[in-house]
Amino acid sequence: MMRLPPFRYIAPTSVSEAAKILKEEGPCAMLVAGGTDLLANMKRGQQTPEILISLSNIKSLHDVSNSSGLTLGAGLTLGSLLENDSIRDSHTGLWQAAGVVATPLLRNTATIGGNICLDTRCSYYNQNEDWRKAINNCLKKDGDTCWVATTSKTCRAVSSTDTAPALISLGARVRLVSADAERIVEMKDLYQDDGANYLQRHSNEVLTEVILEPLVGWRSTYWKLRRRGSFDFPILSVAAAVQTDGGGTIEDARIVLGAVSSLPLLSTEATEFLVGKKLDDDVIEETGHIMAKLAKPRGNTDLTPIWRKKMVPSFVNHALRELRGDDVRELRKRIAHQARG
Amino acid sequence: MSHREYSSDTFRIIGKPRVRIDALSKVTGQTLFADDISLPRMLHCKLLRSSLPHALIETVDVSRASAHPGVQLVLTGEDFPVEYGILPVSQDERPLCRDKVRFVGDPVAAVIACDEQTACEALSLIDVSYQPLPTIATVAEALQATEAPLQNYAEEHNIHRRLAYSFGDVDEALAQADHVFEDTFLYEGNTHMAMEQHASVAATDPDGRVTLWSSTQCPHYVHRALAKALEMPAAHIRVIACPNGGGFGGKTDPFNHEIVVTKASMLLGRPVKICLTRQEVFYCHRGRHQVTMKFRTGVNNDGKLTGMHLQTLLDGGAYGSYGIASTFYTTALQPVTYQLPRYSWEACRVFTNKPPSGPKRGHGTPQPRFGQEVQLDKIAEKLQIDPAKLRLGMIAPANSLTCNFLKVGTIGLAECIDRVVSRSGWKDKHKKLPRGRGVGLACGAYMSGAGTAIYWNKMPHSGVQIKLDRSGAVTVYCGATDVGQGSDDVLVSLVTEVLGIETIDVKCVTGDTDLTPVDLGSYSSRVTLMMGNAAIEAAERARDLIASAVAEKLEIAVDHIGFAERLVFDVEDPNRNMTFQQAVICAEEKHGTMATTGSYAPPKSAARFPGGGVGPSPTYSYTAAVAEVEVDEASGVVEVTRIYIAHDIGRSLNPVQVEGQVIGGVYMGVGEALMEESGSRRLPPKLSDALVHDNPSMLEYKTLTMHDMPEVCVDIIENPDPNGPFGAKEVGQGPLLPIMPAIANAIFDAVGVRVDEVPITPVKVLKALEMQAAGHDARVGPKAFPNIEWPQAMFVLPPWEGGDGKASNRPERKRAAKMHTMDKVKGASEQT
Repeated sequence: MMRLPPFRYIAPTSVSEAAKILKEEGPCAMLVAGGTDLLANMKRGQQTPEILISLSNIKSLHDVSNSSGLTLGAGLTLGSLLENDSIRDSHTGLWQAAGVVATPLLRNTATIGGNICLDTRCSYYNQNEDWRKAINNCLKKDGDTCWVATTSKTCRAVSSTDTAPALISLGARVRLVSADAERIVEMKDLYQDDGANYLQRHSNEVLTEVILEPLVGWRSTYWKLRRRGSFDFPILSVAAAVQTDGGGTIEDARIVLGAVSSLPLLSTEATEFLVGKKLDDDVIEETGHIMAKLAKPRGNTDLTPIWRKKMVPSFVNHALRELRGDDVRELRKRIAHQARG
Repeated sequence: MSHREYSSDTFRIIGKPRVRIDALSKVTGQTLFADDISLPRMLHCKLLRSSLPHALIETVDVSRASAHPGVQLVLTGEDFPVEYGILPVSQDERPLCRDKVRFVGDPVAAVIACDEQTACEALSLIDVSYQPLPTIATVAEALQATEAPLQNYAEEHNIHRRLAYSFGDVDEALAQADHVFEDTFLYEGNTHMAMEQHASVAATDPDGRVTLWSSTQCPHYVHRALAKALEMPAAHIRVIACPNGGGFGGKTDPFNHEIVVTKASMLLGRPVKICLTRQEVFYCHRGRHQVTMKFRTGVNNDGKLTGMHLQTLLDGGAYGSYGIASTFYTTALQPVTYQLPRYSWEACRVFTNKPPSGPKRGHGTPQPRFGQEVQLDKIAEKLQIDPAKLRLGMIAPANSLTCNFLKVGTIGLAECIDRVVSRSGWKDKHKKLPRGRGVGLACGAYMSGAGTAIYWNKMPHSGVQIKLDRSGAVTVYCGATDVGQGSDDVLVSLVTEVLGIETIDVKCVTGDTDLTPVDLGSYSSRVTLMMGNAAIEAAERARDLIASAVAEKLEIAVDHIGFAERLVFDVEDPNRNMTFQQAVICAEEKHGTMATTGSYAPPKSAARFPGGGVGPSPTYSYTAAVAEVEVDEASGVVEVTRIYIAHDIGRSLNPVQVEGQVIGGVYMGVGEALMEESGSRRLPPKLSDALVHDNPSMLEYKTLTMHDMPEVCVDIIENPDPNGPFGAKEVGQGPLLPIMPAIANAIFDAVGVRVDEVPITPVKVLKALEMQAAGHDARVGPKAFPNIEWPQAMFVLPPWEGGDGKASNRPERKRAAKMHTMDKVKGASEQT
């Protein structure tokens, strides 16, 4: 079987202790929450930490508070997030996104913080060490060519988190805590367009919580494209949230594409286009085209980039129709293989 | 002879839905698979695999690895001078490569260490220097490349083998047909995806005898390969096939890792274990060949076929494996499904720098079955004949010979078609559903066991021994291997039925070359039929021995002795009886120590031409299926909503298991139809010679999840076949065959596009829909079949043209035959 390489394991009980260890040990240490992605990657030598600092024993990271808005501890498992009915009602897109991550078994262990920080993926990178050696490695790890874009100076691995696009569409922020400081960052600013260095999070920071403002008049949804009804990472996703007045006129909107770039893509053009309009067929159609221009899929996931790009308008369509109140449950089940929500 | 009456009315076990005998130990996790075996002082083995697709090995320096703490032994190709391989004609493998590596994943060295982690560490300390050779990535490259062939025994450059046969004059049959349909198809390669990764443990006893426990479907063939490769007497080697966590053909070859751990254990005198990673299982492969096909089929206005010319081209990967057999199988069974008056075929297998292709469920047959069933759909469309009616008009008579001299037995295909047509509501749905929804129909036939062994011999294909003693216990021994298909349950249930006891009273010992008589293995859907017939023979012999003793003791005529409910009794007066245990005691008193045997060899084939050994079987199963799909036109995503399937099994021994096998076949079929593909990835040739497996993981090699599995409506058609045990035929492979074409045909019914390729991905469906919208030919598929120089065809006259099963390549024989040919062809088609 695939064996984990040796590493040292520390399980502090407070955030400050975790941040302190992270600072002291430097780059040879990594944080681990559910470990569902990291441990598999370590078996394949994609990450090679000498020390793993577990966040599992930090009780405060498992809290959910919804006094004003909603604050989710980063250690909340996706499984327990799904059991929270108020999240389903108030932040539907997030709830739907969490429900289509991987498989039920993995969701019982995987955390929201882990999914936000999920390593970018690429079919030239998510392979065993000896496979990667057979292609002389790649820009993301140990090599100097990005095999999916051989002229690119930047790694083009794909942002494959389901929850991040949903959280961005909901205007979420995250708290980052280091031994010396603490800051709150907008989710939309957490990522950068470099598959090898995709997070703005500093290596000495612990992502401790997700902060969501109270959402009045907002509705949200998440549509995920993948080959099968379970297990698969997204090869395109659309997270959409709109705020409307009583008459259905859009006051604010955030449409985000996932899995078609090295970072989730929030479209300011779509927001500008939608504000002041109603979700009629033409507006929905046009929004689809605006979003499609943004998508930059490449040949490093399942199915072809051209097809994935073609799917953008129809997925935006499905999402916005759902927000308008159309019954798209059958479509959601059949095309997006999403039984829930 | 004791009183015997076997029928559905009197069966106590056979035909009754039962929980299979190994179910509880499997669902409670107590079954010991090969990887569960742990022996005292056991060491662990890992293999260093080539990182280059094609290269000469210059040097292998193991000094650093050997010095690594915990390492006990490092082996290289130099330690294995003898080649092996499953087929006598392609002994082209070595346990560890010696001169050359042929794909990324070919094993070069082995480390045996105190634990797996240490062995892994030592692998990185082995220094191999290679001299790269040109990479052959595709069949097109293999047909063109003239330098550095992968295998020096290839027929020409990288062409492994070309074959050509003609059963009657097909040119004439096509020329005289009302229509000739010409179609090309591509079936991508795919792999087995058994849940259990291959594992093996070897242990050597102090006298030098060695035992190998392994996840293998064919312990007998592994036994032979070990004896050859290790140059030691087979009598000193014991192979035990552990229960397999699925095989599907992926564990039918003898594997390099099996030979390596056996050798290592002998050198070290300690047990040595290996368990492959999932990636290594993808490297072992032996999966479905990628096949490009071209069909030219003559049809008359009434829908009757006049003849067919089929060409196939197979991507063999780097080694022979079962490849020659696979090549024959892309053609040999075509005339079994429907009557074909004349048939000619050409087939070619090439070598490429990829993991070797081999046998997967259906072995070589699903690819041309896909092609013919889709072509029949096109024919039905063109001739305006209902696809079900078209097929019903082409069914051969039972117990007849095909044009290529295969003897078919019972044929339940008409009943199968009728059943799926009525149950699916076909007549109200085909061409009548709203756009986006459709139904498609297809059929298939498969052999119940290969009529010829892998190596030529006149011995039984399956042997069974039964031991009984005064305890009343019955133990049955057979070399067959339960790979999950339930063969142990079949074995026990047949013996139980004959002896009138309960399944708990019968222990079975299987797949152990020291203890059990030879059975060739769990492949070609042969076990139920061959082992089953041997088991019935052995059980009836035991029954007769017991009956004669009881008849004497109770003073009853021996032909009045019956067996049921653990009693042996007078069938005229069941109160005159004794318990089964008392009866065995009587028998032991009369006959001495009790043991019986049974053996089975298939009937002799009618085919007497060279190559006629591939295809004959004691009998064939038949299947029909209707697929219902919904196609989303915006994305090309296909949802299979329901599969109706009817399978002609002869007799169902345990309906629960039969239905399980049918649904399992549907599961695999829907996966192959929509997503499964073992691709390879060629890096830009200007930058790299690399050629790697595209998706060697369970995440990226796509198979259905439970969410993607359609509802399956199963019908079992029973019409006992005299050649099967109590009339049973196979069910392990046949039900897969119609699924892929039924789905392709349903997609056409739904949206009017043809995807003449498998897998039918949403990308391809959308492309065809776009072509349709633009007013072009709405078809995605290969444009042409490559030009190949074929050898002269071996000419065999079909039986109805006076053929005797021999090849008749002498011109005067051909001419003489041709003179009365056309009359006979007419006669044959009128008979049906």
